[in-house]
Amino acid sequence: MLKIENLHVRVAGKDILKGLSLEVKAGEIHALMGPNGAGKSTLGNVLAGREGYEVTEGSVMFEGRDLLALAPEVRAAEGVFLAFQYPVEIPGVNNTYFLRAALNAQRKHRGEPELDSMQFLKRVREKLSVLHLKDELLHRAVNEGFSGGEKKRNEIFQLALLEPKLAILDETDSGLDIDALKAVADGVNLMRSPERAFLVITHYQRLLDYIKPDVVHVLSDGRIVESGGPELALELEAHGYAWVKDRIAP
Amino acid sequence: MSVSLAALAETVGGLPGPRSERWKYTSLRALSARNFATSDDAVVVAPSVIAAIPAPRIVFVNGRFDATLSQLDGLTSGLSVQPLSQALAGDDARAVNFLDRRFELADETFSRLNAALAKDGAVVRVAADTQAETVLHLVFVSATSDTDLAIHARHLIELRENASLTVIEHHVAAGAHRHLTNHLVHVHLKPGSRLVHARVQDEDSGATLIARTDAVLASNAEHHRVDLELGAGLSRHELNVALQGEQARVIAGGALLATGRQHVDTRLGIEHIARNTSCDLHWRGLASGRGRVAFHGGITIRAGADGSDASLSSKNLLLSDGAEIDTQPVLEIHADEVKAAHGATVGRLNDTALFYLRSRGIPEAQARALLTLAFCKEVLSVLDDSKLVESLATMLEARLSQLVVSQLEPVP
Repeated sequence: MLKIENLHVRVAGKDILKGLSLEVKAGEIHALMGPNGAGKSTLGNVLAGREGYEVTEGSVMFEGRDLLALAPEVRAAEGVFLAFQYPVEIPGVNNTYFLRAALNAQRKHRGEPELDSMQFLKRVREKLSVLHLKDELLHRAVNEGFSGGEKKRNEIFQLALLEPKLAILDETDSGLDIDALKAVADGVNLMRSPERAFLVITHYQRLLDYIKPDVVHVLSDGRIVESGGPELALELEAHGYAWVKDRIAP
Repeated sequence: MSVSLAALAETVGGLPGPRSERWKYTSLRALSARNFATSDDAVVVAPSVIAAIPAPRIVFVNGRFDATLSQLDGLTSGLSVQPLSQALAGDDARAVNFLDRRFELADETFSRLNAALAKDGAVVRVAADTQAETVLHLVFVSATSDTDLAIHARHLIELRENASLTVIEHHVAAGAHRHLTNHLVHVHLKPGSRLVHARVQDEDSGATLIARTDAVLASNAEHHRVDLELGAGLSRHELNVALQGEQARVIAGGALLATGRQHVDTRLGIEHIARNTSCDLHWRGLASGRGRVAFHGGITIRAGADGSDASLSSKNLLLSDGAEIDTQPVLEIHADEVKAAHGATVGRLNDTALFYLRSRGIPEAQARALLTLAFCKEVLSVLDDSKLVESLATMLEARLSQLVVSQLEPVP
């Protein structure tokens, strides 16, 4: 589904990713771990199409298409979703209106009929009840005045509603208490399917207690330095990132 | 017969020049050289122009009362709506005593011209203790004609003790034109009265609109007001509010949109005269293309107006490099124990918010429209009638979608 080859990315004149390669197949969950500054969030942003991230080398193919050539909204409609590390507050834009505009824009792009407000609300209520979220969320402005946990849950709610093929979770666990963390993990686990892939970016192993990855990668200084099964995350937790650095030192 | 605006203005002391502080951001040079005729022929416009505006309504076409398009049957008792031309023809001098006001300042040229030349306008009166339930619409239609016209119109909205009324003032064009319209509105709010006034200026891009609103609030009077400046090539609005009685309050907001080569200038003059008066002001400016927005938010708290509370926010969005926004909050305080706050910002659309919306599949133009609408809609928070807010939001949205599209096109 996603094939990244030798990706080099520069941000504000500084090389952040230095030859990252990664392949994610449908149905898989990949965890991307690494210390601060390794380039984890850069990868999420560059995949979603944020401005200011200059790809100097390498390629990203998504279902056989050049992902980097697509505008952010086209990537979304094609099935790429980024759960933001810091979800943005947008005062004055109603959450329901935003979600419906997003869903219908994606449907339109794919040649599917747009949902009217009744059909849309029906779908929203289904997703809310599955995720144990309150209706009240819908009547507020996008993320405005939401607590840290509410913002992250709202990201997972959007994920559930938009049903992407590839979901990238950018440190969705950061700043969450254990209840919120479980709620986020439950949401992701409900969304697991043979057609859908996840790339879970995290600094800590904690989230992976609740979301079982198929593959764990360790990112250090812009490259993947180690890949393995779920046990790799536990080793990292026990030894710290310095351990990986020592292992790869020449 | 057509005369230049400069020649016409000469008879009342000449136009304010570049050195007039009050006209600092709006040059009248090009306008002063243009010729304008005074309308004498009645113009017929199709009812479709005002089809979206419900009754009761009083309609003026090129400054003249239009009895056919107006619909004033069955008004609440205590609410009287009359064209000025009829009031002048009657024999009750008191009905038109608001015309006695004199304008002595050097730069009040347009007000003097208006006082000398206005023949028509809307005269609205609400009797004491009358709560007018229906929304009254004041409609000013500009229609195409062979020559450019100078139109002067003078209006009164008077609410007696404890009366209340909601008014929507519409400025619309029936076809392209380059008229100069000069409106002077007097608002008199007696003790305990409450006026909600929304003004939607959606004129043709060739139009020049000079407007002045003078509101005087007695004790415990409350005035909610929204000004949406959406159209016209050049528009200038001077909003003066005198908080003359204790506990008088004005809660007002405005959105100033300048796209293409539009020039929008709004000047507030809020005077706290009595004790414990308050103002709460929210203006938003938006300029794209080579648009120009000028906002002056003047608040004076006079000596003796102790316990007054003044708050002004002016936020602005610059959407292109060729656009310009000048904002100037000016607070003068001569009293003790007052609360006063003001803030002004000029910025660009939030890139992070734009990316967030796009990352969810919303195309760029739609995302920009959503964000700019959200920004402008903040001013509607000064109204508490959700139906009114919704209809004004729809008008804003219609204009903004054009503005966002125009951003993607080069300006000639």
